[in-house]
Amino acid sequence: MEPTDHLFRRESGRMVAAITRIFGIHNLSLAEDVVQDAFCRALEVWPFRGVPENPSAWLMATAKNRALDVLRRARTARTFAPEVGRLLKSEAALAPLVDELFAANAIKDGLLRMMFSCCHPLLPEEAQVALILHILCGFSVSETAAAFVTTHAAMEKRITRAKKALAKSKRLFDVSAGVEFSSRLPAVHRALYLLFNEGYHGASAETAVRVDLCREAMRLTALLIEHPLGAISTTYALAALMCLDAARLPARVDTSGNLSSLFDQNRSQWDQELINEGLKFLQLSTSAPEITEYHVEAAIASVHARAPRAGETDWNTIVSLYDTLTTLRSSPVVALNRAIAIGQNQGPEQGLEEIRSIPNPNRLTAYPFYWAALGEFELQLARYDVAREHFATAVALARNPMERGFFKRRVAATQIPNPV
Amino acid sequence: MSEFTYLFRGRNTSGSPEEMQRHLEKWVAWMKDLGASGHIKEQGHPLEGTGKVVRGAQKIINDGPYAEAKDVVGGYMVIEARDLAHAAEISKGCPILDVGGSVEVRPVQKLNM
Repeated sequence: MEPTDHLFRRESGRMVAAITRIFGIHNLSLAEDVVQDAFCRALEVWPFRGVPENPSAWLMATAKNRALDVLRRARTARTFAPEVGRLLKSEAALAPLVDELFAANAIKDGLLRMMFSCCHPLLPEEAQVALILHILCGFSVSETAAAFVTTHAAMEKRITRAKKALAKSKRLFDVSAGVEFSSRLPAVHRALYLLFNEGYHGASAETAVRVDLCREAMRLTALLIEHPLGAISTTYALAALMCLDAARLPARVDTSGNLSSLFDQNRSQWDQELINEGLKFLQLSTSAPEITEYHVEAAIASVHARAPRAGETDWNTIVSLYDTLTTLRSSPVVALNRAIAIGQNQGPEQGLEEIRSIPNPNRLTAYPFYWAALGEFELQLARYDVAREHFATAVALARNPMERGFFKRRVAATQIPNPV
Repeated sequence: MSEFTYLFRGRNTSGSPEEMQRHLEKWVAWMKDLGASGHIKEQGHPLEGTGKVVRGAQKIINDGPYAEAKDVVGGYMVIEARDLAHAAEISKGCPILDVGGSVEVRPVQKLNM
C-alpha cells in the first residue's frame, strides 16, 4: 500500500473529529465544511507547489487555520462546544486551545469520542455503522451506500437522520469517564464487528471496497486497544477475529478473479503476519474469564488458520465452538455454519440432516450460501440432479457477479459425475 | 518553440475525500509529465478565489471577481510548445477538464524587432 493511499479519507475522519471537539457535535456539518475546504485548498495549491513533504500535517494545519477563522468570525453569534465555550470568549486562549486539540494525542482521543458518539443507543445499529463509515472513515454518502449495497436516497436518509440525532445529544461522548466508557463499549464493538463483516461477507462486488471496510474496522479497533479503558479481553477477541479472518482475504479471489471457497483456497496466500498478530490477540483475549461471541468466532478462525490444508481442519473443535456460539448468539447463519461443520466432521448425510433441522429457515432461504451448502452435500452424495437444482437456486439469489460466477461453476461441477 | 500561457478556469469544490484525492493525483501526474517532457517554462501560481476588481477612470474598487465558479481563474502557468495547436493539444490532459473546467491557451506575445 502506498503511504498516501486513502490519505484524504483517513485525514477527513481525524480532522472532522478534532474540529467537532471545538465546534460541538451540533456543528458537525460546519466541521465537515471546514474539512472540505482544506481538501479544496490542497487541490488548488498542490498541483503547482507539489505534494508537501508531510501531506497529513499540511492538511491538519490548513484545517486548523480554517477552524480558527470560523471561531473568530462566529464565536459571538454561534455557540460552540459547551466543553470549551468558556475558553472561546478570550482571543488569547483561542489559538492555544485549538493547538491543543490538534495535538497528536488529542486527535486520537477525538476519533474515539466521535466513534463512541456514533454508537448512541438511540440509533439503530445500521445507522451507527453508516455514521462511522461516513464520519470517521471519510466515505461520502454515495460511497457508503455503495459499500452497503443500498440506494443513495436510502443512505442519505439514514445518515441525515442519524446526524440529527447526534446533534441532539448535545455533547460528544466523554471517553475519560470510566463507567460510561465501559457501558458504551459493547455497542462500539458491535458496530466495528458489523463494519468488518460488511467487508468480509457483504454483498459488494468490489473486492477493493470490501478490503477497505475490513481495513477501516481494524484500524478503529486498534484505536480502542490503544486506550487504557478499551484494551480489554473482548476488544482483543474482536481484533483477533478480524486479523484471522482478514488474513484469508488475499486468497478469497483466485488469480482469474474468481471467488474461492475456504476449502479450495491456496493457503500459502494467507497473510501469515496477520495470522500471527491474530493469534497474539487471541492469547491476550483470554485474560478475563468472560466469553463473548467474538472470542468464539476468533477461536473458530484460529482453527482454520492453523490447518495447513482444508482436509486437516480440526472439525471436532469447530463444531463444539459453534455449539458455544449458538448458546451466546443463536442465528440462522450460525446454525448453517454449524451444520456445515458437522457435515465436514460426520459426513454429508449428517450435514444435510442438520441443515434441515434448522428452526425458522425462512430467512436463510434468501441467502445463496444456504442453497450452496445443500448443493455441496448432495454433490458429495452423488445426487447430481438435486445438487444442480440447489446450485441453480444459489445462482438466482447471488448478490453480485462474483458470487454468480462462483455458483455457476458449482452448477457445472454437477455435470461431470466425478464423486469426491 | 513558442511560449503559451495556460489559464485554468473552474475549480473542483465538491466530491468525497477519495474523489478529491484521485483528482489531485491526476493533477500531480499531469504536471509531472509536462515537466518531464520539457514543456514547463514557468510553473506559475495558484490564485485565491477572492480578490478585488478595479475599474474605470474613477478607479472604483469592487470585491471580485464574482464570476461563476466555472469561469474563475484558479491558476496559470507558462508552457513551451511548437505552435498554438500543439499547446492546445497538450492541454487536453489537464484534469480540470474532467470537472467542468476549462484551459484557456494564449500565446505569449513576442517582441519582434
